[in-house]
Amino acid sequence: MPVERKYTRYVSVNPAIQGRVFPAVPPYLVGREKVREFSRAVFATNPINFDPEAARAAGYTDVVAPPTFAVVVQEATLAQLLAEPDAGIDFTRVVHGDQRFSFSRPIVAGDELTATVTVASVKSLGGHSMVTAESTIVDASGAHVVTATSTLVVRGDE
Amino acid sequence: MTVQSTPSLDGLTVGDIVAESSFPLTRDSLVRYAGASGDFNPIHYRDDVAHSVGLPGVLAHGMLTMGLAIQPVVDWTGDPGRVLDYQVRFTRPVPVDPDLGAVVTVVAKVGALDADAGVARIDLTVTFNAVTVLGKAQARVRLV
Repeated sequence: MPVERKYTRYVSVNPAIQGRVFPAVPPYLVGREKVREFSRAVFATNPINFDPEAARAAGYTDVVAPPTFAVVVQEATLAQLLAEPDAGIDFTRVVHGDQRFSFSRPIVAGDELTATVTVASVKSLGGHSMVTAESTIVDASGAHVVTATSTLVVRGDE
Repeated sequence: MTVQSTPSLDGLTVGDIVAESSFPLTRDSLVRYAGASGDFNPIHYRDDVAHSVGLPGVLAHGMLTMGLAIQPVVDWTGDPGRVLDYQVRFTRPVPVDPDLGAVVTVVAKVGALDADAGVARIDLTVTFNAVTVLGKAQARVRLV
């Protein structure tokens, strides 16, 4: 949905941020009630999302988060990217283009997760910039859990 | 709520519809998702703010649409941990009327099968008012 806005100066994303790796954000501790709350919000009905006994019966240590819960852990890394002074990303012009989650294992209540974002690419397309941010999320042992990849479309001047 | 047994890859053919579901969204659903996800962008609960940026009204969070669209697949596999990969493109917004809400419909179809890896690619068609709102919506799921 296009948003009408007029700027006189040309705002563009700094292509030099491609390849930049940001410092890891503080660890996120996954709470059981948070998993349940998020599960209800995305209309999940599977007992493995809600009931620790059902989750244990399926081989997990606690309730399992829905696949898109990873966005909650990823969010701080995107905030970090948008706040980067020389990135040139005007958040009022950002539209979420694509989203992907690639799992080594699902997120489970009790996980302490640490996310680190890398700017995978910056591309120009028809006056807009496309920034692809790849947030790697690992557990307390450092093992990979999920990579959350967002493509942000930053609209240029119309 | 019952735990389903995991479907077998052998019984599947590309093109099979494995799950279908409809999700009636209301403004309450959006507030609930805002709280659960921490995404408090006011275009998802305030018409005045949505109008001020040229939108017809309050929209569902794209991540809410993405999040609910995988649920029929989770129910079919019987375990949310079987989703190995999930991607979407946000192609059209879902406006949620204050009185009527919005109904999002999901059809999940087998897109590809990798018998060696034990993985099926499930392609999702996600529509609102008979218009597709997510593009290239695909999940890779581990079956038995």
